[in-house]
Amino acid sequence: MNVRGAIAIFTNELARFFRTAFGSILSPVLTTALYIVVFGAAIGKRMDPHQCGGASYGAFIVPGLIMLTLLSESTSNASFGIYMPRFTGAIYELLSAPVGVLETLIGFVGAAAMKSLIIAGIIMLTAMLLVDYSVAHPLYAAGYIVLVASAFALFGFILGLWADGFEKLQIVPMLILMPLTFLGGTFYSVKMLAEPWSTIAQFNPIFYLISGLRWTFIGHSDVPIGLSLVCTLGFVALCILVIAFIFRTGWRLRE
Amino acid sequence: MGEPILEIHGLSKTYRGGVRALDNVDLAIHRGEIFALLGPNGAGKTTLIGAVCGLVKPTEGTIRAFGEDVRHHWRSARRRIGLVPQELAFDMFARVDHAVEYSRGMFGCPPSKARIEEVLRSLSLWDKRESKIRELSGGMKRRVMIAKALSHDPELLFLDEPTAGVDVELRRDMWKQIDTLRDQGTTIILTTHYIEEAQEMADRVGVIDKGKLLLVDGKDAIMAKLGRTEASISLSAPLGELPATLRAFPLSLVNEGQCLLYRGGDGTGKGKREIAEVLRLLVEQGIGFDGVETRESSLEDIFVDLVENRIEVAA
Repeated sequence: MNVRGAIAIFTNELARFFRTAFGSILSPVLTTALYIVVFGAAIGKRMDPHQCGGASYGAFIVPGLIMLTLLSESTSNASFGIYMPRFTGAIYELLSAPVGVLETLIGFVGAAAMKSLIIAGIIMLTAMLLVDYSVAHPLYAAGYIVLVASAFALFGFILGLWADGFEKLQIVPMLILMPLTFLGGTFYSVKMLAEPWSTIAQFNPIFYLISGLRWTFIGHSDVPIGLSLVCTLGFVALCILVIAFIFRTGWRLRE
Repeated sequence: MGEPILEIHGLSKTYRGGVRALDNVDLAIHRGEIFALLGPNGAGKTTLIGAVCGLVKPTEGTIRAFGEDVRHHWRSARRRIGLVPQELAFDMFARVDHAVEYSRGMFGCPPSKARIEEVLRSLSLWDKRESKIRELSGGMKRRVMIAKALSHDPELLFLDEPTAGVDVELRRDMWKQIDTLRDQGTTIILTTHYIEEAQEMADRVGVIDKGKLLLVDGKDAIMAKLGRTEASISLSAPLGELPATLRAFPLSLVNEGQCLLYRGGDGTGKGKREIAEVLRLLVEQGIGFDGVETRESSLEDIFVDLVENRIEVAA
């Protein structure tokens, strides 16, 4: 394995992030703060704590908002990270270098996940200023956040290889991920939904992720944590299989 | 001639859609040489480079670099190969020195400020090391491409149209740089549209068209094989026929006997020697002439003959 190659890609990607750190960090932090203020203040007081697993509404939505950020940032960072060299032609260097699928994933996906973890950390700190919350299972929370960030960075990497234009790069996060996240229980427990929406929500994969992270924060969730973990790990395995196939066939990479 | 550093056998590439970019190409490149690959647009030059460097998956054939099959030993092969593509392609917002350090790291080399400085100085980029790439001129950007390719000390360097679109002064600078690399032992394969460039730099030349290698030989050998000298001797008085003493030379009478035309030689000076002999014989026999115009065919003439007229190349 070319460890130096993986480190070079990783640090280069992080450097790219820090070149635009102000906008990259401020935008999601501001958005999350607005969600907490608007939804927390407007809806929170009307919510029964029993519907929020015994937590305040503000504390209830913090894991959902972190998940919203993790999904969108991991996906967009990884997809842009690999799409830009394809777009500019600089991908030639990656393809002609002694780096394989593992080094490429550590470099691009690792850096994308790291960027979203940095932003998620800052959002958690920001939320602390606005909401009184605690983390019930800190180690599980940290591990779960890293797992989800990696899973969606892998997904973003596939997206960046699939896209052949900037429009396609935006379509999946905006038209699929964002709605699924909002409908997956970011701001509410799906148990609050009437049938058939409560049942339909069970088919939304993001619901299991949000539920899992919520369990690590407030110790209560809509589905067992084990099921959430199985869903997340299954998603990671699927993404890795797809990426391995792409590298083996050279699809969208090699002529 | 050095040992083969690159051996290509039966290499073919057919793209989706059916375009056959390479057609059964055989080629051996020797250590320490500069090899120029000439060909019109779409001839297959870039595909050939891409196949060796890992950008293109060949349909058939084998490529051995440094004695090993690149398909199976791609990591060790790629560590020793550098590529400067035709297009300017990099992160335009990166600093020059960071971009070069990144390339070095990606090829598995440990960080080395000294090596980065050496490469940047050799390409007159040291003063621009802290500049963003987008702030540089086109010529400087092309130098950054070369610096990135040299950062891991490749033994085999591919330069795909290295001087395309650069001004004459920069082209001369690059030729010097390529000469320096050759002196340091780097084997260089360059593709070019500029025949002058191949004539100036290359030890051997290959001509490729429609995916087929039409000719591979030493530059001097090509000139000897396919080069020609032309001389037009304007006679003071027309001749009815060639004098017997001149019939051994490739001469003909044109313009109603007013002009003696020589077409011969082999690009090694034989033509000039024969013309001098013809002139001496003309003086000796008292045949007057008013002027002599001579012209040597260039590599460009040979290239045009090969590609456009498809002249037969003697084995």
